[in-house]
Amino acid sequence: MRQIINFLIKNKHFLLFLMLLLISLIFTIQSHSYHKSKFISSTNFLTGGIYNWRHSVSHYFGLKKENERLLIENEHLRNQLSSLTIDSFAVKHTDSTSFKTPFVFTKSLVIKNDYSKIDNYILIDKGENHSVFADMGVITDKGIIGIIENTSKNYSRVISILNSNSRINAGLKKSNQYGSLTWNGKDPNIVQLETIPRQAIIREGDTIITHGRSTIFPKGIGIGTILSYKLNQNKSYYEIDVKLFNDMTNIGFVYTIENKNAIEIKSLEK
Amino acid sequence: MNKDTILHITRFIVLVLVQALVLNHVNFLGFLNPYIYIIFILLAPININRSLFLALSFLLGLFIDMFSDSGGIHAAACIIIAFFRPIALRSAFGLSYEFQTVKLSNVRFGERLAYVLLMVLTHHIILFSLEIFNFSHILLIAKKTFFTSIFTIVITMLVLVLFRRSDS
Repeated sequence: MRQIINFLIKNKHFLLFLMLLLISLIFTIQSHSYHKSKFISSTNFLTGGIYNWRHSVSHYFGLKKENERLLIENEHLRNQLSSLTIDSFAVKHTDSTSFKTPFVFTKSLVIKNDYSKIDNYILIDKGENHSVFADMGVITDKGIIGIIENTSKNYSRVISILNSNSRINAGLKKSNQYGSLTWNGKDPNIVQLETIPRQAIIREGDTIITHGRSTIFPKGIGIGTILSYKLNQNKSYYEIDVKLFNDMTNIGFVYTIENKNAIEIKSLEK
Repeated sequence: MNKDTILHITRFIVLVLVQALVLNHVNFLGFLNPYIYIIFILLAPININRSLFLALSFLLGLFIDMFSDSGGIHAAACIIIAFFRPIALRSAFGLSYEFQTVKLSNVRFGERLAYVLLMVLTHHIILFSLEIFNFSHILLIAKKTFFTSIFTIVITMLVLVLFRRSDS
């Protein structure tokens, strides 16, 4: 017994080193598996608060560009709205229940955005207090950004599409084939679309959209256009490079998407 | 609480904040960020209590991890270089380390560069191996380690020269 204690005392630095190393390796391994990296994250009040403070300063420098983007989006939506009201008799659709969709959009601001690492995360300034919860989709006016992974009272962390753990269902706009969207870690504006079967007819410049096969994103949200494609090694699937509509290095504001039917759908799938 | 303790605590806080708020968002050429917060580990007093030093280094890395959402990679890299710092000191400064007379502000440029180089390279190799965590991407690890190390070493040497303490 005495020898054990002596051994512990003699090697206490080394043992402490091993213990701390083990802890940090556990955190690292957790961070490489989806939905487990909750312990060390920037959503806590200290880091979230500091990032929020930083954002409140740096936000002013991008206001002009942001305004322009909002104006363009407004213009687009207004055109859509007017074509809608001309097409159908306006009177018929004044009742709000006839327009009912399960999706609710909420705006929020990006207060931290990474794009230079392999696993990138985005921090937004809405959390559980604003009824933002895990597994909600995040988009901008142009296209998708990612999925909410971890929330605190006032902040939430988004797992960006620029993350090696991210898998999002996406497909071609003109046909029903779909695959999963991944990222190879090289260019922050180009992502990869895998497992599109070779029967699909594709061309450079085709639009890729979300396919609404999960409860996270509604169908038809833009992702990007096909930049280049080739067949994979055993010639059964296409490997497609997709140029994103979003500039992932410059995201100002985003919308989170809540699906009111998510619980019902998930309970059926069980 | 003497003057030195306060200096080290201030350095710790300032380095974490500078790293998290400014240097993690540099993205020079698209992917280069200097990690200069390890200056705290470089400049820690040589006769510091080793357990305390390991714990502080772990905490430093953990704070950076929290800010950059990277799991535990900075913490792991930090405690490894903290644990092996005596070896780096011995190989860089030789005899003057054995007699505990080294002051980083008044050693020759070559020795200081060797010390910084050893520490930064070790730190970055561990950091990027853990970040990418996939040995099929070994070229990417090597590329990131190489370019980021150059960037970090240049900035670190500049900071060490600019913020040299005049009293020593």
